[in-house]
Amino acid sequence: MTVHFPYLGLILLIPAIGVLFNLFLGYRWGRGAVNFVAPGVIFAAFIIACWGFAKLLAMPPGSALAVTLWPWIEAGRFHVNVALRMDALSAVMTMIVSGVGALIHLYSVGYMAHDEDYARYFGYMNLFTLSMLVLVLADNLLLMFVGWEGVGLCSYLLIAFWYTNPEFAYNGRKAFIVNRIGDAGFLLGIFTLVYALGSHGVWTLSWTGMQAHREILTGIWEPFGVPVATVAGLLLFAGATGKSAQIPLYVWLPDAMVGPTPVSALIHAATMVTAGVYMIVRLNFLFILTPSAMEVIAVIAALTSFFAATIAIVQPDIKRVLAYSTISQIGYMFLGVGVGAFASGIFHVMTHAFFKALLFLCAGSVIHALDGEQDMNKMGGLWRKLPITYATMLIATLAISAIPGFSGYFSKDMILEAAYASGHFWLWLMGIITAGLTSFYMFRLIFMTFHGASRVDPHKADHIHESPAVMTIPLIVLAFFSVVGGWVGLPKGFLWGEAFVRFLAPVTGEFKATVAANAITLSALALATTLIGLVLAYLMYLARPELPGKIASSAAAFYRMLLRKYYVDEIYRTLISRPLFWLAGPALARGVDQHGIDGIVHGTAFTVDNSGEAMRRVETGNVQHYALIYLIGVIAIGAYYVYLVIG
Amino acid sequence: MTPPSWFMALSAVLFAIGVAGVLIRRNVIVMLMSIELMLNAVNLTFIAISRALGSVDGQVIVLFVITVAAAEAAAGLAIIISAFRNRETVYADELNVMRW
Amino acid sequence: MPLGLFIFLAAIAVLSALGVILQRNPVHCLLALVLTLLDMAVMFIGLGAVTVGFLQAIVYVGAIMVLFLFVIWLLNLQAEDRGGSRQLALKFFGVVGAAVLIAELFVFLVKAPSPAGMNHPPPLFGSIASLAGALFTNYLIAFEATSLLLLVAVIGAVALARHPAAAGSLSPAQGAQPVASGGSEARPVTPEHKAGGMG
Repeated sequence: MTVHFPYLGLILLIPAIGVLFNLFLGYRWGRGAVNFVAPGVIFAAFIIACWGFAKLLAMPPGSALAVTLWPWIEAGRFHVNVALRMDALSAVMTMIVSGVGALIHLYSVGYMAHDEDYARYFGYMNLFTLSMLVLVLADNLLLMFVGWEGVGLCSYLLIAFWYTNPEFAYNGRKAFIVNRIGDAGFLLGIFTLVYALGSHGVWTLSWTGMQAHREILTGIWEPFGVPVATVAGLLLFAGATGKSAQIPLYVWLPDAMVGPTPVSALIHAATMVTAGVYMIVRLNFLFILTPSAMEVIAVIAALTSFFAATIAIVQPDIKRVLAYSTISQIGYMFLGVGVGAFASGIFHVMTHAFFKALLFLCAGSVIHALDGEQDMNKMGGLWRKLPITYATMLIATLAISAIPGFSGYFSKDMILEAAYASGHFWLWLMGIITAGLTSFYMFRLIFMTFHGASRVDPHKADHIHESPAVMTIPLIVLAFFSVVGGWVGLPKGFLWGEAFVRFLAPVTGEFKATVAANAITLSALALATTLIGLVLAYLMYLARPELPGKIASSAAAFYRMLLRKYYVDEIYRTLISRPLFWLAGPALARGVDQHGIDGIVHGTAFTVDNSGEAMRRVETGNVQHYALIYLIGVIAIGAYYVYLVIG
Repeated sequence: MTPPSWFMALSAVLFAIGVAGVLIRRNVIVMLMSIELMLNAVNLTFIAISRALGSVDGQVIVLFVITVAAAEAAAGLAIIISAFRNRETVYADELNVMRW
Repeated sequence: MPLGLFIFLAAIAVLSALGVILQRNPVHCLLALVLTLLDMAVMFIGLGAVTVGFLQAIVYVGAIMVLFLFVIWLLNLQAEDRGGSRQLALKFFGVVGAAVLIAELFVFLVKAPSPAGMNHPPPLFGSIASLAGALFTNYLIAFEATSLLLLVAVIGAVALARHPAAAGSLSPAQGAQPVASGGSEARPVTPEHKAGGMG
């Protein structure tokens, strides 16, 4: 049942007004107005989203709210509307995006209190949230693409927010370019769908329209000899790897840390990296048609998850640890999606949004307190001075490490159980190990930052201070949800059970287990690795702080490899960037462009110039010469008639 | 009676003399006179044909030609005066500013 | 027209036309042209075009030729000097071209069909009444256009020939004088014709 609900438009309109206000009137109206408007518009969007959610709850399962704002593309039979649709899935996503986004905005008010460019910052932040809301509320693939691109643009604008630093600007470009590579895949996926559907006379890209013609997508696509769904699915997943930072396109995310920390929180928790997961879950009707593409997704997800976690355990920069942890956690989400448990992926998106936003905001609070210091080797013993930050960050760490009772536990458990139950034993095993690594690097972060002896720069040490209330209140709210956010998805048969999954089921379908799995055993195993990780972290970073150095020196090559992130950046530079630079510079710019194309252009000019130089001698300026030539013309014409008359 | 083709032959000769005059004389005023000569050669043809056909149309055309010739002479002479004022010459081969 | 009269008039016409293009002094050229035109006027009258013939004598000879004469006097032109540019190539090709043109025209005259002979003209042929009848009926638009042309020619002649110093008294739009405007700083007269030979 689809109900017309025009107020969905307000969810986009209000943040859009915020964008315009901040960008065009922000500086004129001053900081106070911006501080009020920027979080306010997102809160307003959140409230409307809650309203829609409440309406959805009251309706039978499988209902949706929808509104068509205006027709967008009318090309022959191909129609695309600017239409919004809020079903169970997009309702959850909308609330995550606007809710968490609003808290991050609120936090930013404190974090950016001393930055001159506050209006530009909040304008971009609002635009970022707006783009993501477009993405999740879109009724069709093309409108989603608009949001998708908007998110990419805003990430560039915000990562390179302090653009006067060349390295920051470079990292912003890197994020943008890497995302463009993925976006190309996404766009090709859209083309594939349009072509395949259109050749069967179905000219639509809306979710319901495509879902109604699934049978077309199972057909073999002649040029490739594989089903349309596989081609489209893999191309769309390529887009998702860019936006959601999966192998091989994850390299931009760690470098995105140069933006203001709330931006990182927004990118990692609410607005950007979850877009890929959402997109695939949204198109689950397409992906379940193609087991091979799903297999690819699951394998890449597990690999990403594992390798990112291994990199995270040695990084010294607090935000980089969190960045790799995000990559790893999104790997989990894709793992859940890849094995067919779409709802579990979204569940993890939600819990991850809470605790990852919290982690970043806490890290921002620490960095703020330490006046911009990000190296964990120069922290330690901060828990006394930053009690609220410490408490909330500990909660987030417990949540991400999947300690029972905290939100992360439920979602991660659901994914791992699905991975096992779908028969992917090896992927499950990697997931379990990654769980251990996760708790290890997260507690390493906690111990290095808040415990042990202080390694803080002495003349920074005396003005360490807890953040103002405008920053700590979002922390507390997020901490609350980091605990209880997972309770909507308890294990089956326990209290209200998997309420979250049941709510999403009309959209995402049911997960069908193929292998019998004992949920308690699996959960216990995951918990065991988590605890091992925790204990190891305690041993290495609190009990015997000299141990890490020893290990690092005894396995120096391995340690360096991890520290340098498996040399992926270097490999990309050698294999892709360098050849491309060579191609663009010496080969194309100097070879083809300067010699080839410029040669043609200059050659044309040269020819014209010289022939003109030669021919202008005809222009003597003496009118009698012209008259003589005229006479010759007349005689010639006359000769023709003479020929006609005589001949 | 003289046949019309004789008049036309005379007309052709006068016309060719006018053409030659335009080409061989340096003096722009004489070139203008040669043009008048060409116009009149054509007028003669018109009059002769008009008479041969018994139609007055040819004479009307001649009237127009005379009018146009008057206009042309007025404008042409004005240009010559103006050019002379600037260049101190009326010789075509010296009035060659618009050259390469 | 009797044949003898035609031959007499034709001989005068050709000779005086040659005089136009062969004499050195422009005044002599002009007088030769006047003679040619009067000769033609007689020929027109002989062909029945009485009105046109008189108009030729009055307008052409009496007005236009006098205008030429005024200009020649105004510019104080002397006979062309023999020195300077002879432009022999141009003269050679000019004469040859004219000869070829005559040849072509004669071919047409011989080959093309032409009216058999002089009809007896209708009454009042060539009178002012018959001309006016045609001018104000069939040729009315052309007639009006011609009057416009004359107006333009008068204004144009005034604008072109006015002395540059008087330009300031007119508005800039009217005072557009391509020749006069470049006049004061025009380059000095030099014998440029050395490079000007054709062929």
